[in-house]
Amino acid sequence: MVRLEGVSLQYGSGRRAGPAVLHELDLTIPEGGFRWLRGPSGAGKTSLLRLLNLTVRPTRGRLVVLGSEIGGATRAELPPLRQRIGMVFQDFRLLPHLSAFDNVALPLRIAGRPEGQVRADVTEMLRWVGLSRRSDARPAALSGGEQQRVAIARAVVGRPSLLLADEPTGNLDDTQAERLMLLLKEMNRLGATVVVATHNEALVARHPGPAIRLESGRLRDDA
Amino acid sequence: MPERARRLRPARFDDLGLRRALGDRMLPLLVAAMAFLAALALAGSAGAAALVRHWQEGAAAALTVQVPAPGDAAAGGTGTRLDAVLALLRAVPGIGDAHALSSAELGALLRPWLGDAAGDPALPLPAVIAVRMAAAAPDLTALGARLGAAAPGTLVESQGVWVERLTRLARSLQACAWLVLAVVAGVAAAVVAVGTRAGLAARREAIEIVHGLGATDGYVARRFARRTTALAALGALLGTLAALPVLAALAVMVAPFAGKPDAATVPAELALGLPALPVIAALIGWLTAQATVRRWLRRLP
Repeated sequence: MVRLEGVSLQYGSGRRAGPAVLHELDLTIPEGGFRWLRGPSGAGKTSLLRLLNLTVRPTRGRLVVLGSEIGGATRAELPPLRQRIGMVFQDFRLLPHLSAFDNVALPLRIAGRPEGQVRADVTEMLRWVGLSRRSDARPAALSGGEQQRVAIARAVVGRPSLLLADEPTGNLDDTQAERLMLLLKEMNRLGATVVVATHNEALVARHPGPAIRLESGRLRDDA
Repeated sequence: MPERARRLRPARFDDLGLRRALGDRMLPLLVAAMAFLAALALAGSAGAAALVRHWQEGAAAALTVQVPAPGDAAAGGTGTRLDAVLALLRAVPGIGDAHALSSAELGALLRPWLGDAAGDPALPLPAVIAVRMAAAAPDLTALGARLGAAAPGTLVESQGVWVERLTRLARSLQACAWLVLAVVAGVAAAVVAVGTRAGLAARREAIEIVHGLGATDGYVARRFARRTTALAALGALLGTLAALPVLAALAVMVAPFAGKPDAATVPAELALGLPALPVIAALIGWLTAQATVRRWLRRLP
C-alpha cells in the first residue's frame, strides 16, 4: 500500500534548498492497485516516482510505502523495502560494465538469492523480453529499445510488491510496448502495486485505468 | 542461504566495477613503500632491543674493584689488603665469582696506554678484581664502605652505569622506531582512504544504482573493503620482500655488536613482525575502506 499525506518535496536543504517540486500531495494507492501517472513534463512525475522508490525522503508530510512510514524509518530499515520495489528508469540506469545478464541478476544477487535460482530466473526473464541471445552483451552494445527491455527485466525479475515505471515505452515500438503492458498487467494481477508514468496517450487509451494527474507539483485529482 | 549464494556467485562478479576504479598499481605501490619503511623501523626496534638484552645480560652483571697497594697489610691485621678484599667480596651473597687479575693480565690490559712500562714491576699499580654477579647487584655504597674499612682507598665501579646509559639510548631509539611505525600506519590508512574516496567518486553512479536496488551499506562497503584489503596485502608483501636484502645486510653489520660475530641471527620480534606486516596492512585496508565507504554512504537516503 502507498499513502501520501501532505507530502512536499524540495531538493537540497538549508541555504542550498531549491524550489519545492511537489506540494502537499494527498493520495492513496491500495495494495495491488494500478495507476497511470500523468501530467506535462516538469509536473513532478519523476520526483513522485523517486519518492515512491525511496530515492529521496519527503521534505514534509507523511509517506507510507509498503506499509512502512518512510519519514521516520532509519537508513537500515530502507534496503529491505527497496528490495521489494522494482523501478524502470527513463534513462534505464544500467551498469555499463556488466552484461545484460548480470544487470538483470543484480537485484537478486543483492537480495542474496542462491545463484541457481538467479540463473533460472534471469534466463527466463531475458527470454521473456526477447533478449536471450544478447545476454552477454554490455549495455553499450545494445540498442535503446534493448536497453529499455533489460531495465524492465531488472525491475521485474525480483517479483516486486511495488513496480514503478518512468516512461517505460519511450524507446519501444508498438509491439514491444504492448508486450510490456501485458507484463505490467500480469505483475499487477499477481498482486503487485503498479505505477506507470507516461506521455503515451495511445497506450493509456488502449489500457484505460485510474490515473494520478500532476501539474506543477500539485495533484489535479486522484481518480 | 547467503553462504550458499556466496559460494555459487561467479568469482569475477564485480558489480561496482572496482577492478578499474580501484586500480592495481598505485595503491599497492604506495603501500609497498610504507611496508618497506615499516620493515626498516621494525628491524631498528628489534636490533636495539637485542643490543639492550645483550648488554644487560653481559656487562650489567659485572663489577670492577680496584685495590691500591694490594701487597700491604690489611687494616684488620692478617693478610694483604687484596686478600682481605677478596675474602670480603666472596662472602657477599649474590656475587658469583671474584677474580683478581694477574699482573700479566693487568699488563696486557694497560699496554695500549702505558707501553712496555706496563710490565714494570716497580710501577705502583692497583690490583683489579673482576666480579661477576650471580644475582641482582648488591648495594654498592655499603659494599664500598665495607671494603674501604678493610683496605682504605678501594674503589668499586659498576659497569651498570654505562650499560644503563646505553640502554636508555637504545630504548629511545626503540621508541622512535615505534613512532615511525605508528606514522607509517597512519599514512597507509590515509593512502587507502584517498584511494577509496577516488573509487567512490569514480563509481558514484553505480553505487547509487546498487543502493537504489536495495543494497545495504554493508554490501557496498564489503565490496570496497575486499578490494582494498587485497591490494594493501599485496603491496605490503612486496614492500616487505624488498626490505629483506637490506635487513640481511644490516644484520651482518650489527652481529659483532650483539656478541655474535660469526652468525647473524634474526631476533624474535623481527621473525614475527615481518610476516605480520602484510596482515596488518590488510587489516588497515579493510578497516579504512569500511569506515570511509560507510561514512560516504550516509549522504544517500
